[in-house]
Amino acid sequence: MTDIPMTDLRSGYGARARRKTALLALAALALLLSFLVEIGTGPGDYPLRVVGEVLADPMAHGARLKVIVWDYRLPVALTAVIVGALLAVAGAQMQTILNNPLAEPFTLGVSAAASFGASLAIVLGFSVIPAIGGLIVALNAFVFALMTCGIIMLATRLKGVGSETMILFGIAIFFTFSALLSLMQYMASEDQISRIVFWMMGSLGRASWEKIGLGAALLAVALPFGLMRTWPMTALRMGETTAAGMGVDIARLRIEMLVSISLLAATAVAFVGTVGFIGLVGPHIARMLVGEDQRFFLPLSALVGALVLSLTSILSKSITPGVIYPIGIITALIGVPVFVSIILTTRRERLG
Amino acid sequence: MSLTIENLRAGYGRRIVLQDVSIPDIRPGAMVGLIGPNASGKSTLFRTLAGLLRPVSGKVRLGGADLAALPRRERARQVAYMPQAFGCNAVLTVFESVLLALKQNAGWRVREGNLARVSETLAALHLTHLAERGIADLSGGQAQMLAVAQTLVRDPRLVLLDEPTSALDLHHQLSVLSSVRTEMARRGTIVMAALHDLNLAAEFCDRLVLIRDGAILADDRPARVLALPEVGRTYRVTTSLETTRRGSLFVDAVL
Repeated sequence: MTDIPMTDLRSGYGARARRKTALLALAALALLLSFLVEIGTGPGDYPLRVVGEVLADPMAHGARLKVIVWDYRLPVALTAVIVGALLAVAGAQMQTILNNPLAEPFTLGVSAAASFGASLAIVLGFSVIPAIGGLIVALNAFVFALMTCGIIMLATRLKGVGSETMILFGIAIFFTFSALLSLMQYMASEDQISRIVFWMMGSLGRASWEKIGLGAALLAVALPFGLMRTWPMTALRMGETTAAGMGVDIARLRIEMLVSISLLAATAVAFVGTVGFIGLVGPHIARMLVGEDQRFFLPLSALVGALVLSLTSILSKSITPGVIYPIGIITALIGVPVFVSIILTTRRERLG
Repeated sequence: MSLTIENLRAGYGRRIVLQDVSIPDIRPGAMVGLIGPNASGKSTLFRTLAGLLRPVSGKVRLGGADLAALPRRERARQVAYMPQAFGCNAVLTVFESVLLALKQNAGWRVREGNLARVSETLAALHLTHLAERGIADLSGGQAQMLAVAQTLVRDPRLVLLDEPTSALDLHHQLSVLSSVRTEMARRGTIVMAALHDLNLAAEFCDRLVLIRDGAILADDRPARVLALPEVGRTYRVTTSLETTRRGSLFVDAVL
């Protein structure tokens, strides 16, 4: 047994905390870089300098470039950042509350529910809130996603629904809404089918300044809300009874997080459709880098989620020049290997 | 601050586990051993004292204040409860997880004083060498000592330890209990520990409470309680109390 002086312990902790803060700064810097690259990327090879000048003065290079930069590239780039952060924060909080590193809006069936809600609007014109015109598809998706989050969180209170069972529960939800979605497609006209399929693929092409404003506002509320609860949330990872023994009001924390998670997940999914695994990859990388002290874990999850979606968006524009692939396809291809690797490592821990 | 439990009745829904539990006047700095067979109500008593379970009736007074009437935060500051179940896969170091127990009632920012307190607690339990270790990599015994550290670091008035030594080897059983006793006696903190090993209970406790089917059968100095035939009857064995050459008590049990 080596005896380490106590002052070393304290300075060791301090050094580690500074390193984690530095990592946060580094991630933020990387995000900024990726954001700038993304604005500079897209159909029509304009030099970054030209794009920069249009950003500073919209009419610097005429109306055409103003539309390209201000109506297409900037909204898409900002949406990638905001939605990435929304999904990652939702994923990080779901994983903490459900005690399962595989939980995120897509794996729990929230995206499938949103797709069904959207298809309901597209095919039947059915709206959960009447008379809202063009927003009907997004709003329907939002309401269905919100309901599903609620159902999942309530299901965790049922006896016998453990943290492992939750993912199976998510698959059940996924199957249910997939079947209902098929029904909608069966009833739909050709034009409607193509709209449904396009919606399901998940795309940043639906970006708009209103959505960006809403998403940013939600993030500006939800992130501090989560940060104020980092100590009890971290305690929850020690197990529910242990956390309760430390004085955490578990029931209240659950309700608060249920509201936060539902709003974050439903908003993200309603904005861009099915973009899977960002809520998985963001927290997973953050966990590997800084551990699960939520003071670092939560903001880093948000930054990494935003960064990954931003990079994916760049990728979606760069694979074939002139073509922008739906981003949901790419996140799924990146996310599935991470999903599988988490399954394998958690299983090994349980066995060992 | 002394602790008095009066006519406590508690349970889960309609199933009443604690029938009528009274333990009068536990002095500051005392270490009370709770003994009794499985499912006798020890954990239920702890959960009730910790505020996780609302009693049906009865009172718990800590230094004159009614525990049930205290706001949640204040109660959490005074009572620290270490439950029986543990073991988790969170990505946290030992140091971080002890710090987080402290920070539940000490503000958001980590201050130098917090770090000092965590270091002292780890040192008192001889856990300094594990500080940087990930908690998922701990052995069962190490995890249990970590849980004890998480309880002590909060510097409460009442510490409730549910089987703190069940996963420990002989050396660590003695070292953890003696660290807890010395440290808590110094601070004047009351310790209640559920213990299955009667010899450990005899060695470290000032007072033993024998509980069965949610009722108190005996409450006295270890030498008196362990000499009672009820002890053997409660555990469905035959016991006899001996004194070792070193002068400590030894409970001999046969089926």
